[in-house]
Amino acid sequence: MKFLAQIDVMPLKEILDPQGKAVRLGLKNLGIHEVGDVRIGRHIAMEVEAADQAAAGQIVQTACKKLLANLIMEDFSYTLQPLA
Amino acid sequence: MKFGVVIFPGSNCDEDIFHVLGDVLKQPVIKLWHKDTDLQNCDCIVLPGGFSYGDYLRSGAIARFSPIMEQVIEHANKGGYVVGICNGFQILTESHLLPGALLRNSNQKYNCRNIYLKPQSKTALLTASLDPGRTYKIPIAHGDGRYYADEQTLRELNENDQILFRYCDETGRISDPANPNGSLENIAGICNATRNVFGMMPHPERAAEEALGNTDGYFILKALVGAAVVNN
Repeated sequence: MKFLAQIDVMPLKEILDPQGKAVRLGLKNLGIHEVGDVRIGRHIAMEVEAADQAAAGQIVQTACKKLLANLIMEDFSYTLQPLA
Repeated sequence: MKFGVVIFPGSNCDEDIFHVLGDVLKQPVIKLWHKDTDLQNCDCIVLPGGFSYGDYLRSGAIARFSPIMEQVIEHANKGGYVVGICNGFQILTESHLLPGALLRNSNQKYNCRNIYLKPQSKTALLTASLDPGRTYKIPIAHGDGRYYADEQTLRELNENDQILFRYCDETGRISDPANPNGSLENIAGICNATRNVFGMMPHPERAAEEALGNTDGYFILKALVGAAVVNN
């Protein structure tokens, strides 16, 4: 079966995210004052071939831990959907 | 003492360090391609600066999986010397040969200028012979140089005397204004617990000749050569 993994890799909460800070400032300069904390990460869409959803989840987790996220500075979350 | 400079696609300081090690410090030095799987009996492997794999995903993240890195990691685990400068330092943290990570500079800028370094570790061979009473003026050129490690790692680095350099001002004061990228505790370079893997963001190879108007980097690289000889 083929699955589509939608992965979000985000900087850890305790780490300063200068990109997010700069964007927040930019939004304020544009008059959008309602915006609070902004954090910027990376979204990865990835097709995965696996026997079932659990197996696909394992593959995504391994990929995230080994390469897609650096767990020293980032964490990750994902969703999986079967592809027709 | 034989040096091997690894060239990744996107490395751009390989020729500089190759030249300084070979022509200035008169050491045997060879170039290694990232697809090589033989370190050719090099005593010290150098991972140069640059933008390996275009800094895709994270700086150094993809280079870490180049074929040669398996040999480099094995070499390091056996006690062999490995030095990473700038992008090389990023590759070493991504490979977990050095603790911590290098994040986007806190001011969001690519910083390319001279900074000052204060040698720290009295026991790491790279810095032990440097003069702790003076500062070393060395250029930096990076966008992802903010050293980060969790509290426990940071404590261990301090307790084990693994911090090689801290950013300081011209007079040697280690302060916030002298910190070019927001690195924790002004850390500019570290070594591993067994003191054979070294990483630093500044570029000593860009300041190692009279013709360049600055020879402070020469002393750092010379210390490396001396250190490597002592241990072999």
